[in-house]
Amino acid sequence: MTAYTATVTVRLKRGVLDPEAETTKQALERLGFELEGLRSADRFEIDLEADSADGARERADEMAERLLANPTIHDYDVEVDER
Amino acid sequence: MTVSIVRFGGSNCDRDAERALEHLGIDAEIVWHEDGLPAETSGVVLPGGFSYGDYLRAGAMAARSPIMAAVREAAADGVPVLGICNGAQVGCESGLTEGAFTTNESARFQCEPVHLRVERADTPWTAAYEEGEVIEVPIAHGEGRYEIDDDRLAELEADDRILFRYCDADGSVGGDANPNGSKGAVAGLLGERETVAVLMPHPERATLPDVGPTDGQGILRGFESAAGEL
Repeated sequence: MTAYTATVTVRLKRGVLDPEAETTKQALERLGFELEGLRSADRFEIDLEADSADGARERADEMAERLLANPTIHDYDVEVDER
Repeated sequence: MTVSIVRFGGSNCDRDAERALEHLGIDAEIVWHEDGLPAETSGVVLPGGFSYGDYLRAGAMAARSPIMAAVREAAADGVPVLGICNGAQVGCESGLTEGAFTTNESARFQCEPVHLRVERADTPWTAAYEEGEVIEVPIAHGEGRYEIDDDRLAELEADDRILFRYCDADGSVGGDANPNGSKGAVAGLLGERETVAVLMPHPERATLPDVGPTDGQGILRGFESAAGEL
């Protein structure tokens, strides 16, 4: 078994309104920053042991499918690194 | 006939629902989620509140608690299930109903009376109303914006699964009458069976005459109507 960290990033699908990101963008603009756009995302870093990087990825995928992301509004991606 | 009101950690409209149902003469009891669903339950309320502190997404944790498997089974058997506010979020997260309730367009918590147009009157939850009738019921939520992809919404509309839409006092949908930016102005919808419904507004807060308008009574009377059909 090898120790891995699977990083799951969950973000709203393109086209789904993100009022918190819009509010954050406006706050940055009030501070004087110039920016074209801003998107927010949730990142989960999951420490786990698996036989292979693919095995770790598979489990992290399932975690995203079953809880971390809501497929109605979210896309997600998974990155796996040895720890 | 006893309706089970499922209390999660962070539910806070469970007692309101109990009082409102009892005012209507409908026997109800609060059930702690870890104790499971009573076998003889004749209906289920998923009440409002902030289950699990709205961690991750509103309703996400409660939707995956063991009692929800029993609620889904009961729903499939025809037991009436009503999700209110956080209970509506739990309902969508658990797959009882389609779509998702997410952050209001305003990015703010909104607590205010709203008007709802009854989209169909041939369900237990709306048998007390006329189709197209406008009722006034309060909302209190930060994550009530209904979201679903356009194709699925069109299918839900074709299947006549939209139960309530936000509207103005005259029943017109759109513009400022939509308080939270919900897609299709959807405020409440049906699950696969007409005995399963979720809505963001609070009918239990519009039931007791001492508190204000009582337009929500008909929705809660759905438990009686559904029992009559079983």
